[in-house]
Amino acid sequence: MEPLDGNSIGGLLIDVFGAEMTGASGTCGTCGATGPVAGLVVYRQAPGTVARCRVCGAILMVFVKVRGMTCVDLTGMARLDQPGAA
Amino acid sequence: MAGTALRGRLTWQVATVAALTRETASVCTIGLEPPDWPGHRAGQHLDVRLTAEDGYRAERSYSIASAPGEQLAITVERLDDGEVSPYLTEELQVGDELELRGPIGGYFVWDPGDGSPLTLLAGGSGIVPLRSILRYRVRTGSDVPARLLYSARTLPDVIYRDELGHHHDGVEVSYTLTRSQPPGWTGHTGRIDAGLLAGAAWPAAANPVAYVCGPTSFVETAAAGLVDLGYPPERVKTERFGATGGP
Repeated sequence: MEPLDGNSIGGLLIDVFGAEMTGASGTCGTCGATGPVAGLVVYRQAPGTVARCRVCGAILMVFVKVRGMTCVDLTGMARLDQPGAA
Repeated sequence: MAGTALRGRLTWQVATVAALTRETASVCTIGLEPPDWPGHRAGQHLDVRLTAEDGYRAERSYSIASAPGEQLAITVERLDDGEVSPYLTEELQVGDELELRGPIGGYFVWDPGDGSPLTLLAGGSGIVPLRSILRYRVRTGSDVPARLLYSARTLPDVIYRDELGHHHDGVEVSYTLTRSQPPGWTGHTGRIDAGLLAGAAWPAAANPVAYVCGPTSFVETAAAGLVDLGYPPERVKTERFGATGGP
């Protein structure tokens, strides 16, 4: 299955962050590339969702849903700026 | 964030299927009446969830095909190996119920207050959110000039062909057919490339904004081509839906 992009997880990101995040700016902790979350490479296969940097392929975000709870790993992300936030 | 209202939560709701329109042999538009729809922006999508009798659930995102203010509609292409799209395009009936949540997305959206010329590039069913943008442009009386280049495999694969043919005032629509062309075809042929883009997109000097939607390979080629033409990367908004279903 081909990957999608970050637009496709807009709903999941609202579940996790409580806000629209596809337009948020993310910075890769590995290569430093910065761009909208919408542009990340997203794999939505069970059991989880993985978002990778489009430039270097590093894993930036992992979401795994277990018994109704979503476990979130953002350690690959150096920075995540929500649009409009001060 | 000062003064923020209660933060948004998406809740699943059960919409009624109000209309079904066959667009092509494999594509269907589904008109929906959700009980509680806050309104959407042009370019947004929604999530659909199907639940099997044994409790197995499959969830997919679909671009909203209708303009803000119109009856909510999605356009779905059947993927032969899909879990969800064969049901939506072949079995769903008017009056059925469909679980959905939305609207979703704040990046791939167009606001008519943005007066920049629109460069719209669609690959296959990537036309769907761009159709919402074009309909909203008409609905709001926007005079923003728009150019749409639509890449499809064959002419019968073109979605909304009649409707796109009726756009005149300030909208230029061109097609490229990648697999086969009907006799006497005067449009473009072959996959999108630098030459095609240079003719179909607004020049960068016009300060355009671009919306590119389609299969990943199409989007990568088109977006890189626009940047080569001088578009700032942040003025090229992209949405990719994988390799399937495109030209």
